[in-house]
Amino acid sequence: MIAIIDYKMGNLRSVEKAFLKAGARAVVTSDRNKILKAKKVVLPGVGAFGDVMKELKKLRLISVIKDSINDSKPFFGVCLGMQLLFEKSEEAKGIPGLGILKGSVKKFRLKPPLKVPHMGWNQLKGISGKPYVYFVHSYYCDPKDKDIITATTDYGINFASMIQKGNIYGCQFHPEKSQGSGLKILESFIKKC
Amino acid sequence: MLAKRIIPCLDVNNGRVVKGVNFINLRDAGDPVEAAIYYDKQKADELVFLDITASHQKRKTMIDVVRKVAESIFMPFTVGGGINSIDDIRNLLKAGCDKISINTAAVKDPQLIKKASSRFGSQCIVVAIDAKRCQAPKKVPGTFSWQVYINGGRTSTGKDAVKWAKQAEKLGAGEILLTSMDCDGTKDGYDIELTKTISTSVNIPVIASGGAGNLEHLYQALTKGCADAVLAASIFHYREYSIKQAKDYLIKRKVLVRA
Repeated sequence: MIAIIDYKMGNLRSVEKAFLKAGARAVVTSDRNKILKAKKVVLPGVGAFGDVMKELKKLRLISVIKDSINDSKPFFGVCLGMQLLFEKSEEAKGIPGLGILKGSVKKFRLKPPLKVPHMGWNQLKGISGKPYVYFVHSYYCDPKDKDIITATTDYGINFASMIQKGNIYGCQFHPEKSQGSGLKILESFIKKC
Repeated sequence: MLAKRIIPCLDVNNGRVVKGVNFINLRDAGDPVEAAIYYDKQKADELVFLDITASHQKRKTMIDVVRKVAESIFMPFTVGGGINSIDDIRNLLKAGCDKISINTAAVKDPQLIKKASSRFGSQCIVVAIDAKRCQAPKKVPGTFSWQVYINGGRTSTGKDAVKWAKQAEKLGAGEILLTSMDCDGTKDGYDIELTKTISTSVNIPVIASGGAGNLEHLYQALTKGCADAVLAASIFHYREYSIKQAKDYLIKRKVLVRA
């Protein structure tokens, strides 16, 4: 069973349904026990960095996330869920992130004609076939340890669009909105771990 | 690099797709869910539903539609038409759409853009602008400006479309859906001048809308018009062109789109 962490900021049905479609058994929950019992954990991305950190704290989910990762459980951060794994973000000054990965989250500073948010379909470099996936974000992760970057995407700069460190996986795009190529990535997470 | 997006738009009235959807292989051509699945399979880049229902029951019906569509597709979709309040927005997002497009309500109360974007995130707030050409204030022959219209194009506001687009961006809009009222329905092509003027005046993505009649029109809007995405209704619904044909054409013309 995969637990998709619900921090009460929005609709997580699309994430759930994508995992189901990719062949997993998944449940959306903010119940600490259910998350601790799950075989794999997904931290999805809706809302803003600071709001979500506050909400995770309120729901007493921070220690659950850290325990899951320390237990070597496959853990998947999607979009903001990946950003939250880092130490801090320019989106929320003064509110630290989970600090599980070293590095920070930065705002795109781009010259015209490049616009912010980075919205739409862009390619994953480093993944075979360079599939197109759907992005919508104004901030990007800048990991201190570049070796954890498994795919990059070019948007004015070459930013980390997928990362992996041990049992921790992250992607900046929305696999649940990326049609076939998104489902494939979810399938490989389900199978691999 | 980021691909340009091709976005089919479906008009929905009382929970049914209208305006001559002419697909084959659909059991029910008027069913928004089937239409959405069809476009998902065709690899459209996004989908827009425009609710044109006039009754009071509309919100409830549309929410049902959104819920069913969200269950059935794996691509981003936007809902617009008659959205008035934070509650409307919350309910639609809760039902599962990714973005909300606001038009008249944003003009009447620009703070709605700010409230909505700070509550739900800029990325899900699209400001739709219906613009119509008028003589520029300076009255230099051959120069134009564009005025914002609301209430489905029935009411002039006197607002300048370029200024309004910039204001909307400042208030937190994540994207602009720009419709030329002069070109809409003509199939003679998008208003390239309007699209370019707005797209180069703001730093958020602009979707060109109104006037698509052939694939060259899409090309013009995405290149000369500097649009980030093009929206079209009838050329896709009537199967004059498939999404694939549109993309193949654009790829041949060296426009970056997702094949």
